[in-house]
Amino acid sequence: MPLVDLANPTRFIALADRVLPILWVVAVLVLGVGLYLGLFVAPPDYQQGETVRIMFIHVPAAWLSMFGYGLMAASALGTLVWRHPLADVAARAIAPIGAAFTLIALVTGSLWGKPMWGTWWEWDARLTSVLVLFLMYLGLIALWNAIDDPNKAGRVAAVLILVGSVNIPIIKFSVDWWNTLHQGASVFRMGGSTIDASMLYPLLISAVGATLVFLALVLMAMKNEILRRRIRALRLVAASQPVGAA
Amino acid sequence: MLGDHAGFILAAYGISALIVVALVVWVVVDGRTQRRRLADLEARGIRRRSRRNDGKAGEGRA
Repeated sequence: MPLVDLANPTRFIALADRVLPILWVVAVLVLGVGLYLGLFVAPPDYQQGETVRIMFIHVPAAWLSMFGYGLMAASALGTLVWRHPLADVAARAIAPIGAAFTLIALVTGSLWGKPMWGTWWEWDARLTSVLVLFLMYLGLIALWNAIDDPNKAGRVAAVLILVGSVNIPIIKFSVDWWNTLHQGASVFRMGGSTIDASMLYPLLISAVGATLVFLALVLMAMKNEILRRRIRALRLVAASQPVGAA
Repeated sequence: MLGDHAGFILAAYGISALIVVALVVWVVVDGRTQRRRLADLEARGIRRRSRRNDGKAGEGRA
């Protein structure tokens, strides 16, 4: 199937229906293996002890919070520049899922911070910028729900998404630009990862599994959003027809 | 097994699992709701143009 055919929502739903069962099986297996290795096979950290096991969910969730917003920014370009029929559908489907993974990153970070830093929360650059990301997800969801016309809502939201995308590099580089309680980059950094392979591989496997779960949820939410728009269109058709002519 | 901070570790995994399960349930329930609403409309004879024209799965926009 040519890629351009995915612009057709009916064909997209048919493809998603074929892909989703396989995607869910692979996602659950990979995430299961990653979390098993992280919880039961990876050694305790020499400084943090067993608490380091929170890393295997906190870090993938934090990556996905930014990955989700990155996908939304690409979708926003698709809405504004190419007017792709699925671009706004994708952005709207991603928002609640991105918000949920950002919430996981915030909660698990707090639960990791208390025993390691002695505090649940600190208004430092990394934590605050991730909280701003969470609030932006919520604000976009509220915006989509506040405007009835999905096309108009999509264009307004796309502009806001692109403006808000300035927060992503701020999150990524906050630990380099400011003195923060949060540790610096330790996986994707110049000079290679500083994490030992015994912890790095379980972390990367967990991250791949969590990403597959994220994508499976996005595909399902996109299908739902396409159906929601069809229902709205049919209701408008029904409302425009004379009584008894439906 | 998880040391002095077992409560923090278990809470982190438990809350994360709860959020992901809630997300899955919400997406599944939302999908069923949308499919039921669409089926209700089509049962009332309100169909997309592509379905009205040839009676098979449409090629139309979202």
